[in-house]
Amino acid sequence: MNYVFIGTSLAKIIGLLGFVLGLMNYAVYAERRVSALMQDRLGPNRVGFAGLAQPFADAGKFLLKEQFTPAQVNKFYYFLAPCLAMIPAIITISVVPFGSTLFGVPMVIADINVGILFVFAIASLGVYGIVLAGWSSNSKYPFLGGVRSSSQMISYELSLALAVIPIFMLVGNLRLTNVVQYQIDNGWLIAPFFGDWTNPGKWLLAIPMLISFVVFLIAILAETNRLPFDLPEAEQELAGGYHTEYASMKFGMFFLGEYIAMITGSAIIVTLFFGGWHFPGIPDGSHGWIFGLINIAVFFTKVCALIFLFMWVRWTLPRFRWDQLMRLGWLFFFEIALVNIFIVAIILMFVH
Amino acid sequence: MMSPFLFWIFAILMLVFGAAVIINRNPVASALSLVVSFFGLAALFLSLDAYFIGVIQVLVYAGAIMVLFLFIIMLLDLRAEELRKINWIASAGGIAVALALMFQIFSVVEKFPAAKQSFPPLAKPAPDDVRQIGLLLFNNYTLPFQIIGIVILVATVGVIILSRRETR
Repeated sequence: MNYVFIGTSLAKIIGLLGFVLGLMNYAVYAERRVSALMQDRLGPNRVGFAGLAQPFADAGKFLLKEQFTPAQVNKFYYFLAPCLAMIPAIITISVVPFGSTLFGVPMVIADINVGILFVFAIASLGVYGIVLAGWSSNSKYPFLGGVRSSSQMISYELSLALAVIPIFMLVGNLRLTNVVQYQIDNGWLIAPFFGDWTNPGKWLLAIPMLISFVVFLIAILAETNRLPFDLPEAEQELAGGYHTEYASMKFGMFFLGEYIAMITGSAIIVTLFFGGWHFPGIPDGSHGWIFGLINIAVFFTKVCALIFLFMWVRWTLPRFRWDQLMRLGWLFFFEIALVNIFIVAIILMFVH
Repeated sequence: MMSPFLFWIFAILMLVFGAAVIINRNPVASALSLVVSFFGLAALFLSLDAYFIGVIQVLVYAGAIMVLFLFIIMLLDLRAEELRKINWIASAGGIAVALALMFQIFSVVEKFPAAKQSFPPLAKPAPDDVRQIGLLLFNNYTLPFQIIGIVILVATVGVIILSRRETR
């Protein structure tokens, strides 16, 4: 029994890690194609069919470039920082249920009872990579980028954590599989079109859930340093920000770390607000392994749709000014998330 | 439950990096060593099935407080700190006091008859420790909990008022 557990866990870890890393590479490709689409260009379409082999060419370029290390940097931290930027984002996905069951094995690597807290705990470590990169580069623009990043991430973590509290007031459990199960029974949190969808209380609750979703989505954009919140690497102001002094694969790791953070962020949004692997009318994996695979495909389709939304936002909106960013985080989203908790508490008092 | 092997790994990790916090001359290295030490502590909490405390340890200390520490340290000039020589006499004195205290504790504990018995096995852990902690905080200890909240709020407001520059 124990060996079965270890074997299936290893298989899940290797499978999910491989899939997420592959998805990350194609997210970079998709970013370039989507940006081209929005700017009426073609984008990379030369390598392979429709440019689909472009990620391999990119990887080859990253790996074969000269490993240039500036003379004045603090060597140990300079090499540590890119690893720290990438690792937390990968670890976070271990608690996300990415499918129902496949051959009776639950499709989540670690189903722990403090799921969402674990996500926040590990995600909050992502800031170390950026801060250390800025500090160890021993240069003014990276340093400013690192300082911006740490203040931005700490500020938006508050909104991030407060925005999910209404969900857990409703579900009554921090375990992410229970959140998905609740949404299977009662309809997705922001779109309760199924279950007993004629119940008006549920539609009343969908309003604060929508507010939560918007605040969470924007906070995730800030946490992953995506536009319109990419001030730590604002190239017009900081010449590239915290990774100015990095080249070749070390820069590549920051770059890919951002995309992994985007994938895990989307996975968590899907789990919390869009019913995880559930889609109305599709049974779970206990009805046959083919449904288990379909559930996984549904999950990653939703994740890809959200990644597309992130790219859409990036190529549509201009960047905030620094003081606007901080004011928005502290004086607007923070308050909205707090008031939202009270609204949900009042609704829950009358509805349940 | 965790195997003793993992316990020793995390305990040694914690102690080594705890020592590195005071041995390192570079404040940034000290701060990061403390983060690793917190991780070891969190892993030990997890080994006792205290998932909530373990994760909160990482979330609050490693994720928030140490980031702020690092933020402040990075804004300071570190050269003076790195060039500072170790005061060997003071270090020797400190080590001697620590050893004396450890010797005293050992000799007192050895006299205890209860210390010779092995510990009883841990009670079966609660299936949902988050719920247990929440119920305790909001049922039995509501008033102390809220008083702590207000005290922290007062401290926060006080810090902001003290650190604000005079505009006049």
